[in-house]
Amino acid sequence: MSQVNRPLSPHLGVYKWQISNTLSILHRLTGVALSIGALALLAWVVGAALGPQAYESVRSVLAGPLGMFILLGFSASFFYHLANGIRHLFWDAGYGFDREFARLSGWFTVVAAAAVTALFWVLVVSGGAG
Amino acid sequence: MSLESPLGKFLGHGSARHGTEHWWAQRVTSVALLPLTLWFVFALLGMNDFTHASVVGWMGSPVNSILLALLLIAVLYHSQLGLQVVVEDYVHTGWLKVSMLVGLQLAHVAFGVAGLYSIILISISGGMTV
Ligand code: HEM
Repeated sequence: MSQVNRPLSPHLGVYKWQISNTLSILHRLTGVALSIGALALLAWVVGAALGPQAYESVRSVLAGPLGMFILLGFSASFFYHLANGIRHLFWDAGYGFDREFARLSGWFTVVAAAAVTALFWVLVVSGGAG
Repeated sequence: MSLESPLGKFLGHGSARHGTEHWWAQRVTSVALLPLTLWFVFALLGMNDFTHASVVGWMGSPVNSILLALLLIAVLYHSQLGLQVVVEDYVHTGWLKVSMLVGLQLAHVAFGVAGLYSIILISISGGMTV
């Protein structure tokens, strides 16, 4: 197929930084991270079906230092993607486009994601699950 | 100057004709994921421990099996749709793009089958007996 010389969008450098552009790329990055992280969910389910030994190897990796680090990143990505995903759905329904509101809801998303991630781990640690 | 390729113009179809369905399915899976992921987060927090016996017991109950299967389907479908767009946005080398898109679809279907089969096995017989 021959390449058509399509016009390219302007270079990123011409844009002024705003909270929205960072949040937008974060949604994509966390989406990709979650897709990879979904493999942990799959390994957990398949491991459980394969029997105690297979399950134990999955569990020991996830409960180990590296596994815990990954689960921490996964949970933070999840709560961010969830909060910002809700923001997306409101846009899709036609709400929340006002510039000031979009900026505020963006900051709210970040704060809410951080708070819920922290709360989640406090509950995990205090519940003694592991 | 027109941005459409001659073939695209001739066929009279926009980008692969499936833009709306793709967009819509991404929203539907997002809406499905809201309750399903929240259920899963609370279920995890409610677990007493993560031994093989408790996890298989939890996964094997009818309600949990069904919700876990729905979660897995929604996550994989949503992930397939999302990663497809990411590849389409960033990979412009024809053969690489096609291989990645095909690979993504095959991987998502394979993961889905493995996960669902595991859940069914667990709910019927408590998993494979070693
Ligand atoms: C573990 C589960 C999830 C995975 C693996 C996942 C993965 C992804 C991926 C890979 C994308 C594509 C990103 C892009 O095109 O920039 C995406 C987009 C999206 N996700 Fe998720 N996601 C998950 C959970 C959720 C949840 C719970 C919501 C609920 C609101 C959600 C809402 C969205 C929306 C609205 C988009 C489209 C954003 C856009 O149009 O740019 N996702 N997700």
